[in-house]
Amino acid sequence: MNNSTALLGLDPIAIGDLIWAPLLIILLKVVAVFVIGLVATMLMVWFERKAIAGMGNRIGPNKAGPWGLLQTLADGIKLFFKEDLLPDRADRFVFKLAPFLAFVPAFLVWAVIPLGGDFSDGKDGLVTWFGHATRVQLADPPIGVLLLLALSSIAVYGIMLAGWSSGSKYPLLGSVRASAQMVSYEAALGLSLATVILMAGTLSTSGIVGNQSSFTDWHVVSTGVIPFIIFMLAATAELNRPPFDLVEAEQELVGGFNTEYSSIRFGLFFLAEFMNTITMSAVIVTLFFGGPQGLFDIPGIPGAIEGSIWLIAKVLVFLYVYVWMRATLPRFRYDQLMDLGWKILIPASLGWFMLMAVLRLGRDEDWNVVVVTIVAAVIILGCVALMSTAVKVSKANREREGAMF
Amino acid sequence: MELVVFIFSAAMILIGGLGVVLRSHPVHAALSLVLTLFGVAVIFVSQEAHFLAAVQVIVYAGAIVVLFLFVIMLLGVDRTEDIKTEPFKVQRPLAIIVGVGLIGLVTAAVVTSRDVVATRGAGIAEPEMTDPDSNIRQLSRSVFGDYVVAFELTSVLLVVAVVGTVLLTRKMKSTLKESQ
Repeated sequence: MNNSTALLGLDPIAIGDLIWAPLLIILLKVVAVFVIGLVATMLMVWFERKAIAGMGNRIGPNKAGPWGLLQTLADGIKLFFKEDLLPDRADRFVFKLAPFLAFVPAFLVWAVIPLGGDFSDGKDGLVTWFGHATRVQLADPPIGVLLLLALSSIAVYGIMLAGWSSGSKYPLLGSVRASAQMVSYEAALGLSLATVILMAGTLSTSGIVGNQSSFTDWHVVSTGVIPFIIFMLAATAELNRPPFDLVEAEQELVGGFNTEYSSIRFGLFFLAEFMNTITMSAVIVTLFFGGPQGLFDIPGIPGAIEGSIWLIAKVLVFLYVYVWMRATLPRFRYDQLMDLGWKILIPASLGWFMLMAVLRLGRDEDWNVVVVTIVAAVIILGCVALMSTAVKVSKANREREGAMF
Repeated sequence: MELVVFIFSAAMILIGGLGVVLRSHPVHAALSLVLTLFGVAVIFVSQEAHFLAAVQVIVYAGAIVVLFLFVIMLLGVDRTEDIKTEPFKVQRPLAIIVGVGLIGLVTAAVVTSRDVVATRGAGIAEPEMTDPDSNIRQLSRSVFGDYVVAFELTSVLLVVAVVGTVLLTRKMKSTLKESQ
């Protein structure tokens, strides 16, 4: 095993000497991921505006290009030519750094998502390009999905520092909210992810996709829906999207953490936000819905391309769900948000993880399934009762002391 | 390749470490700490300890320093500190003694055990095509197998610390009246 494998991940193309053809393929993948990411974000902005307009009985963008498709491009060019303001009381270096800290993690997550490939009949997602076996994903590092958690924790810095370095009250309030919210929900995100890792038995994203070869093996089914629901809620909170968009609540905070930003720096935050929505949808599809694995064979299309078609179709469903939630759900209050995160999502994900682990252990050790299930159910019910009593008692205590919350 | 990686990450660690000490602005100092933690994560990766690198970024950079920054912002102490005033007289000479002592100890430890430290990635299962999770498997066997008692005791300690903090900071009105 040589150096390059360890550093570049477990893609077979990165093993051995990196001479022309493999190097070109990797470069091609980098460029392709970059371009696909940007174009997808552009279309996502258009899609969101159009869909929300439709739900609000309006027309939405319809002037630039056919069906207003080029509206985002026009807005981007306009942002480039606007004046770049630097507030007087801003911390100059951090103020300039923050947009990049928000934007770069959004891009990097794309590297570990399998974008296609043939997973049928034990082919393991490998395709052959120009005589070299490779995966249709930029990198397949051994830590796999942990990279996703690491990057989402870096993304906090972008928002937090943007608000602080503006040297102004409302952005600071926005960023304090953001950091508390994102740190709280990261725990639930990680714990529901742990259930998936338990089922797949591997951290690598291609391994997780490879484990979901039929509908009943899709992790949304095999982990029993709960981790998916928790992950979806926690991911929405991580993205700061409605109904968890307290970070940029216009009515309370002007524009939230990005109030003082203008020109292309604002554009970077905007891009990062929409790109994060797409990446998170792709991550949900990868973890719970089999990624590029299809439900049935589409006739007449080779396996590798079929995978990409399935992936795009599944991601589109989640993008629509995100837009739909934005158009229909009112924003949470801050204490409601914290209650949901700490008192419901984290205990629920932890309890479900333990249940899955016990069921798995029981299967490995040949214990009686019925007994295991009944004992586990009794213990879980006991824990829920204990938890809700504790919450009730502490709430009663606070009310007696005259606290407002 | 490894030398280049080492030089860059060591430079990151040193610059970050100096920044933590020398920057007078608390937020800048905290950001320098992030730089140091990243440098350490890079060194972990080059030493084949991928899982440790990921955890380093997720836990230290992603949670702990974020909480530092959160406290700095919330308390509003994000202004340059005047380090001329000395609230506690002995601490500077004491800090010098402890610092020099620590450097001496680390140097002594490295010098005496050089041949053990020198082998790269020794004792760590390297990830392979057939088994990419060997690294993590080995770690978990060690933590939840050989050292499970120590691990559980550490978590008990952490829980005690958390509960104690909550108890200390929470002042009920009724207890306040009694104490007055």
